[in-house]
Amino acid sequence: MRKLLVYLKPYWIYVILAPLFMIIEVICDLYQPTLLARVVDEGVLKNNLPFILKTGLLMIFIALIGMIGGVGCTIFSSYAGQNFGKDLRLTLFKKVQSFSFKNIDKFHTSSLITRITNDVNQLQNLVMMSLRIVVRAPLLFIGGIIMAISINRSLSLIFLFSIPILILIFIIIMKKSFPLFSEVQKRIDEVNRVVRENLVGVRLVRAFMRIDHEIERFNSVNSLLMNAVIKAIILIIYAMPIFMLIMNFSILGVLWFGGLLVKSGNMKVGEVMAYINYMFQILFSLMMIGNILVFISRTSASSVRIREVLDEKVDILSVETGDKPILKGEVVFERVYFSYEDKNKPILKDINFSVGPGEIIGILGTTGSGKSTLVNLIPRLYDVSSGRILIDGRDIRNIDLKTLRSAISMVPQDTILFSGTVKENIRWGREDATDEEIINACKIAQAHNFIITLPNGYDTVIGQRGVNLSGGQKQRIAIARAIIRNPVILILDDATSAVDFVTEQKILKGLKEIMKNCTTFIIAQRIGTVMSTDRIILLEKGEIVGIGTHEELLEKNPIYQEIYRTQLGEEVLKNA
Amino acid sequence: MRNEGKKEERRVLTPMPMGPFRGGPGRGFGSFEQVKIKDPWGTLKRLWRYLGKYKWALIFVFILTLISSILGIVGPYMIGKAIDNYIIPNKYDGFFNFLTLLGGVYILGSLFAWLQGYVMLKTTQKTVFLLRKDLFQKLQFLPLRFFDTRPHGDIMSRIMNDIDNIGMVLGNSVIQVFSGLILLIGIIIMMLRISIPMSIISLITVPLTVYSTSFIARRTRNYFYANQSLLGNLNGLIEEDISGIKVIKIFGREDKEIERFDEINRELTKVGIKAQIFSGVVGPTMNLINNISFAIIAGAGGYFAYRNLISIGSIAVFINYSRQFSRPLNELANQYNMIQSAIASAERIFEILNEEEEKEDEKNAIELKNVKGEVEFKNVWFSYEKGVPVLKNINFHVKPGQVIALVGPTGAGKTTIASLIARFYDVDEGSILIDGVDIRKIKRKSLRSILGIVLQDTYLFSISVKDNIKYGKLSAKDEEVETAARLAHAESFILNLPNGYDTILSEDGGDLSQGQRQLLAIARAILANPKILILDEATSNVDTRTEKYIQSAMLNLMKGRTSFIIAHRLSTIKNADLILVINNGEIVERGKHEELLSKKGFYYNLYMSQFSEDLEMAGS
Repeated sequence: MRKLLVYLKPYWIYVILAPLFMIIEVICDLYQPTLLARVVDEGVLKNNLPFILKTGLLMIFIALIGMIGGVGCTIFSSYAGQNFGKDLRLTLFKKVQSFSFKNIDKFHTSSLITRITNDVNQLQNLVMMSLRIVVRAPLLFIGGIIMAISINRSLSLIFLFSIPILILIFIIIMKKSFPLFSEVQKRIDEVNRVVRENLVGVRLVRAFMRIDHEIERFNSVNSLLMNAVIKAIILIIYAMPIFMLIMNFSILGVLWFGGLLVKSGNMKVGEVMAYINYMFQILFSLMMIGNILVFISRTSASSVRIREVLDEKVDILSVETGDKPILKGEVVFERVYFSYEDKNKPILKDINFSVGPGEIIGILGTTGSGKSTLVNLIPRLYDVSSGRILIDGRDIRNIDLKTLRSAISMVPQDTILFSGTVKENIRWGREDATDEEIINACKIAQAHNFIITLPNGYDTVIGQRGVNLSGGQKQRIAIARAIIRNPVILILDDATSAVDFVTEQKILKGLKEIMKNCTTFIIAQRIGTVMSTDRIILLEKGEIVGIGTHEELLEKNPIYQEIYRTQLGEEVLKNA
Repeated sequence: MRNEGKKEERRVLTPMPMGPFRGGPGRGFGSFEQVKIKDPWGTLKRLWRYLGKYKWALIFVFILTLISSILGIVGPYMIGKAIDNYIIPNKYDGFFNFLTLLGGVYILGSLFAWLQGYVMLKTTQKTVFLLRKDLFQKLQFLPLRFFDTRPHGDIMSRIMNDIDNIGMVLGNSVIQVFSGLILLIGIIIMMLRISIPMSIISLITVPLTVYSTSFIARRTRNYFYANQSLLGNLNGLIEEDISGIKVIKIFGREDKEIERFDEINRELTKVGIKAQIFSGVVGPTMNLINNISFAIIAGAGGYFAYRNLISIGSIAVFINYSRQFSRPLNELANQYNMIQSAIASAERIFEILNEEEEKEDEKNAIELKNVKGEVEFKNVWFSYEKGVPVLKNINFHVKPGQVIALVGPTGAGKTTIASLIARFYDVDEGSILIDGVDIRKIKRKSLRSILGIVLQDTYLFSISVKDNIKYGKLSAKDEEVETAARLAHAESFILNLPNGYDTILSEDGGDLSQGQRQLLAIARAILANPKILILDEATSNVDTRTEKYIQSAMLNLMKGRTSFIIAHRLSTIKNADLILVINNGEIVERGKHEELLSKKGFYYNLYMSQFSEDLEMAGS
């Protein structure tokens, strides 16, 4: 928790001003009863109308100042709390943006969402609440105790019993509530996860008519959440009556011992009454402090979760070298091994190859043979487990990530589009692309013709993930997005799988124009797609089992021959 | 009872837009000052109806509050008595017993306070549970169109953050409102007993209280609403950006996205500060009004006393009472304001609950039995957006057990035809018949239970591989799951996963390749053992060899079933009984492979271009 308070630092002026204004309000509050008593004693009882009016106006004036104090405290504590929350959210979001896939998988998407919004909210509320009470409660508490002791020292021995007990209870509650509130936040993650999966997979749920199953799944996480909340908050519900009881029994003690003291002539009756009044004040302030403490233990669960994200070591780091850009696009894999988890079997084994600038490489292989994994290593979406990858002769881990990725463009296998217009989505490739360039890219990607039939053409808003487009349409927008980048290295990961053959051929033809200056990797299922590339890499179970031109492989490589036969052989025979 | 009410609402209410924050996060907002909740009282009433389900618990809480309020007054009263009767006269006979009695009162007070808190906690949390449940359930019955336009993160925020907020307010406010009301009534009675004209004078400031409270509350409410909406927007952006982080990384968009985040975040902070200030301003304002009231009472009292209309002692007592009167009044004003934030959140919940559901099954909808699998499209027209027909007058008839291939360029409407069979959307015109029955007359559940669909976008849950396959048939045994996986050619890679069938997939399935995901989706459909099978690009990311193996397995599977295949690789569809060639939402050709080839039309061109290119390349 303490470490997160750093985020309050820029707002220290608010943090100081809020309690100061609160002091103004407290002083006015304390002054009011005195004024009221004076109105009664000297005004009403003595029938002094002018005095009543004068004091009445003074009361209103003091109240006005009190209001300024109160409003000021509210304003400054809101500024401090909300800005604190803002900075914390931004820091968290930035951190998450730098996460590798491994980092994200560790936390899960829905938990990260909860942490950035829900958990930060808890902390933000704590800051606001604390700033509003931070002066009032201790002031009342300490003042009350000092006044009480000054009235009668021996009677104050009662505090020696009650305050340690109270502190003990505070400690117990704080200790106990921490794991309980951690549990609550974890359950929130789960509810969020079920909801998110339900939303993303809505078509599947409907297709299999699994609505009842989904509702059941939700009910179970929902009731777990409910029970966790009840279990956590019940602790607070125990705490408050116990606080009250202890303080009330202290008052009983004051009455009893005070009575004895009065009897023995060591104390005056008025003092007993005043003493009890201060006890009430102490009781009241303790309740406030107790509230805050419970709230702190509640939020410390959240702050631990936030810290976890902030302290997470990002495992793909950028070296800030102030690099010169990548110009040629020569790619070399040297003894590259890769596995997602160290303990798992390697997905890529001893991959070695080198690609010259401007070369076009096709990658073929069975499902799960590691094709996508291989190309994902080039923009460092994952880091190699061992071995190295060189671009233009430099280990990619020694190149500034920004420099590296700005030289690479990719059409990933699963097309991800973002909410926004078609044009905005394509501009992802290059922010300063002109409309003309966009249209040109879309023409190459064979997307222009369908885009202009959309209700607002290039300005049509596409829903989240582009749900209102067909698979092939999405892919073609993704291709346009990649083209517009003018990359040095272009990666097409099964980029035309949902596109019909005629269109695919048109796209490839158009791409060839661009590919002249750019090293290109094309992953495909259809042999026809890769046949015309400069060289083909054949992957099988994570290993390269063949590399060469189409003719070379067709001549020498039995696996390639088989693929060729299954895909084209019969047709070739039949149609020849 | 409840269900009836709900249905009625559904009929009466037309779907309303989801507030002013549409059009994606980070764009198109900026008019938060104008955001207004139209019917706060209606929303509150509806929220109260939820709480009202626990009527008896609430009545119980009310009684408990009444008792603990009385005990709260008895305690100080007894302290006074202890001083007056024992300490002042210095007579301590029975003092200990009296104090024991007071101790009893305190114990009872704490006990009731605990009980009241306990009952309220349970009631609140059950209400929260119920709200979440209803909201989630509602989502399950909304048409797909609803989901097409809304960021997932915003819906998530409504279910989590908004309902949380409601729970927090309910948990605090109900008891406070009860005890405030009880005290207020008690004190008003006491004041009336002393002096009616003075009471009326002391009520002079009440309209001021009411006016300023409602002035503030209106703003609090609207700012909270804006606050919650922006929080939803932010949630939406985070969700989208974590889901799509791969593309963000590839295109180095981190800074841009952070900027977008920052924009909403700043707006949220601005609105949040306003909401907090307005809600925090009530206390000090009430304080001021109270003091004005004291001054008026003192002035009027002094005047009355001067005129001998009232005894001086009464005025002193009266002023004391009016001071006490101010406390519950303050509390009520404060709570009233807090409740505004609950109303703002509730509004966002009810927005969804008010959405029009998918048309319910017709009254006399039937369950299909002994399905043969005959499918017919009769003059079907369909559009996603009015005026832009995606399908135009589609007519075809499929006999049971036939294999139908849908062929055509991207965006021709093939997936839409599949979606219509599953009734994801309803046709605009015409009808779709299965075994001669209009699918709108078949219960949805019955209809979808005979369909097995492998969608273009494969979706897997973050549960085990086994459970993902089982999604096709929840009651399936392990052997059945394994058989299905084997048929789909998924077994070999599954067994290579760290925990085989029990491997839990990551939330976005990042650990499997797209092709592997498709194989699991096929296994899932195989396990469902449907009468009608729809494969929408089911193997587009699977390599051709594996595809061949699956096809041979599928051929077995397709026996006796009606199958629809959407594919771009024409080799997969050559053996279909009927090929429908679709272009621009119309069937332009139909027939068998050979027939269509001999026609030398659209299909011929499609087919020849594919293989001539292949051949050309093969030859080069």
